[in-house]
Amino acid sequence: MSRRRLFGAAGVTAAVVGAAGAGALAGRASAASTTFGGLDQPVPFRGERQAGIITPQQDRMHFAAFDVTTDSRDDVIALLQQWTEMAERMTQGKDAVKDGAIGGNPYAPPDDTGEALGLPASGLTLTIGFGPSFFEKDGKDRFGIAAKRPAGLADLPKFTNEILDPAKCGGDICIQACAHDPQVAVHAVRNLARVGFGTVAVKYSQLGFGRTSSTTREQSTPRNMLGFKDGTNNLKAEDTGALDKNVWVAPGDGPDWLAGGTYLVTRRIRNRIEAWDRTTLLEQERVIGRQKGSGAPNGLTQEFEQLNFDLVDDKNTPLIDVDAHVRLVNPDHVGGVKMLRRGYNFTDGSDGFGHLDAGLFFIAFVRSPTTNFIPVLAQMSGDALNEYIFHTGTAVFACPPGLREGDSSAYWGSTLFG
Amino acid sequence: MKLHPSLAIGAAALAGLALTSCQAKEEAKPADPGKSAPAEITVNASDSACELSGTEGATGANTFVITNNGNKVTEFYVYGEGERVMGEVENISPGLQRKLIVQLGEPGTYQTACKPGMVGDGMRADFKVTGESVKIDDEGKFKEASDSYKRYVNSQTDALIGATQVFVEAVKKGDISAAKAQYPIARTYYERIEPVAESFPDDLDPRIDLREADLEPGQKWTGFHRLEKDLWVTGLQPDTNAMADQLMADVKELDAGVKSPDYKIDSTQIAGGAQGLLDEVSASKITGEEDIFSHTDLWDFKANVEGSQTAVASVRPILDERNADLGKKVDQRFAEVEALLEKYRQGDGFISYDKVTEPQRQELSRAIDALSKEVSQVQGVIAPK
Repeated sequence: MSRRRLFGAAGVTAAVVGAAGAGALAGRASAASTTFGGLDQPVPFRGERQAGIITPQQDRMHFAAFDVTTDSRDDVIALLQQWTEMAERMTQGKDAVKDGAIGGNPYAPPDDTGEALGLPASGLTLTIGFGPSFFEKDGKDRFGIAAKRPAGLADLPKFTNEILDPAKCGGDICIQACAHDPQVAVHAVRNLARVGFGTVAVKYSQLGFGRTSSTTREQSTPRNMLGFKDGTNNLKAEDTGALDKNVWVAPGDGPDWLAGGTYLVTRRIRNRIEAWDRTTLLEQERVIGRQKGSGAPNGLTQEFEQLNFDLVDDKNTPLIDVDAHVRLVNPDHVGGVKMLRRGYNFTDGSDGFGHLDAGLFFIAFVRSPTTNFIPVLAQMSGDALNEYIFHTGTAVFACPPGLREGDSSAYWGSTLFG
Repeated sequence: MKLHPSLAIGAAALAGLALTSCQAKEEAKPADPGKSAPAEITVNASDSACELSGTEGATGANTFVITNNGNKVTEFYVYGEGERVMGEVENISPGLQRKLIVQLGEPGTYQTACKPGMVGDGMRADFKVTGESVKIDDEGKFKEASDSYKRYVNSQTDALIGATQVFVEAVKKGDISAAKAQYPIARTYYERIEPVAESFPDDLDPRIDLREADLEPGQKWTGFHRLEKDLWVTGLQPDTNAMADQLMADVKELDAGVKSPDYKIDSTQIAGGAQGLLDEVSASKITGEEDIFSHTDLWDFKANVEGSQTAVASVRPILDERNADLGKKVDQRFAEVEALLEKYRQGDGFISYDKVTEPQRQELSRAIDALSKEVSQVQGVIAPK
């Protein structure tokens, strides 16, 4: 059944007023114009937090979920240690292993695949997370860490509008690689996967070609595949108080190993592109609740103006529809909780009908999936947007805190295994 | 797990030492009468038993006389550490007697095996060797790796000729069911050494093994897969017999090639071949594209893995000396793949690959990836310094 609705004349008026303020559209920030001080400037790998969370969001992503294929705790730890060394090198713009690409034994396969040779660090960040099945799989505590699984680290409940592909859900370990150059991000995941065979196997991976959020105030707001600005109201790196409240796991929230870390939640959201493209601009803006040009809330003129859900037209119809996406998921309607969104536009080519297999690989970082994510997604059950999207994949991971500068004994997961 | 526990203990005791191997078939000359050469050990091989007249020998040449008293074609193997084939006789038909002389240079526990039906791990028994070890120099080790692998290749082309003969005769008699039954058996000997065939000129490998999907416009399709399609899909064609004769000729060309004095293969190429065979598995066997009409892919899968394992075993003394841990890892991964394959065993063969589900194929693929990762490291380790 269609929830599409014909606009009344008044609605048109209100929408047109909003559109008039659109003026110049802000273009996507180019990689060179970010605040990194250039592509050569690496993002520090070490710190209190893992990089790739409040780091100014890079333009490209390669996300990979792995199954652990061994029952050996020692093998898992050894791989995490090896990964840590390689990751630190790659984020600094180096090859995965010293002399890895061309300087090694010519009779052996190279220790680095080489496609990033000569490319700058490109803002590469590598962020690791552990899924519920890493702690216990099919009732089996493979690595002696089942007791350390935080209560919040669990598969999400069933939501409406899901057509989930089990092959693209979950995973024991995830690695989020973000960079301004897609080749740099792909190179990183490829090399980590390559040394992992026998210990882990890639379950699925996802390329994202354009960011759909801003994580700092200096970045402009990018657009998603629906053509709308996305992430206007996102948490930003500068909002330290809000980040502590909504993103970082605090001591006492759960097991100590995760304190200072966060949860990473993914939703692979396919857009019904062709249907959306046949939808009028007015309907699109009604569905979202914002103006397509400026990103301003319906009824207002500036992108960053506070949403006003009380504005009505002369027939007393709310200017931000009762089913509009921005209304349903607004923090005011879910008890004030927020999340740090850090998703990417994707396309995996076309499906068998010639329709674009594209949408949003949604990523959120939250202090608690139970508090900060599930209620928001539950709100979307009546979202007007659901007619144009459906969810095909989902996963939850716990991301440990960062590795401190100078702590050579620390590795990805050392707070968990140490 | 293929490694017998007691062999594992023997292997640990041998760590770091080189096993030497040298064999000759049916060319036994009496050992130097001045030395206390071990007596011949007779092997009574039947379909259900593998009886040896003795289970102990001395370092140096050991002679086995194998009689096939069973109804199935059989094989006899002597294994060293890491499933290294120290010597083997293949394709012993019922009623026949064959002799195997194998050099067992190091004291330790080896294993003997009879393989009625020429499949599986066979009926194993320990074979204890005592005495002074025979050391060889480093250069000798490389030569020995090459010689050892060449012997293996020769034994495989011998068997390939015999098995292909049976296949071709069944095809030409129009005995479809016998031909179908023999098809995967004949291919086994080819698939174990396919990278060797690829090294010969004039498209010898495509002539024998080209798949329909890889045909180029205007190219003539010959070999196993053309006959596979005749047998399973289209029925025998007017030129089927000609195709069968062509296959026989091509297989003989391969055999002559590997037995030519000009044919050389060094340890690096052998290790490269070990990797190449596993790449074959992940490229076309996992997907079921290799034997798309007969679905006998698991036979080829097994043969590729066996061939790879033997290639690694040939260079094992060098590998053990330089990186013993890698050798152990390779052993473990081979064992995991074999254990997985055994799940699909049916009688002397395997279930049809179209019965293997997508999740099962993924599991096989992951095991091959894990094995390949280790085997790909062997070349670099054993490269001449």
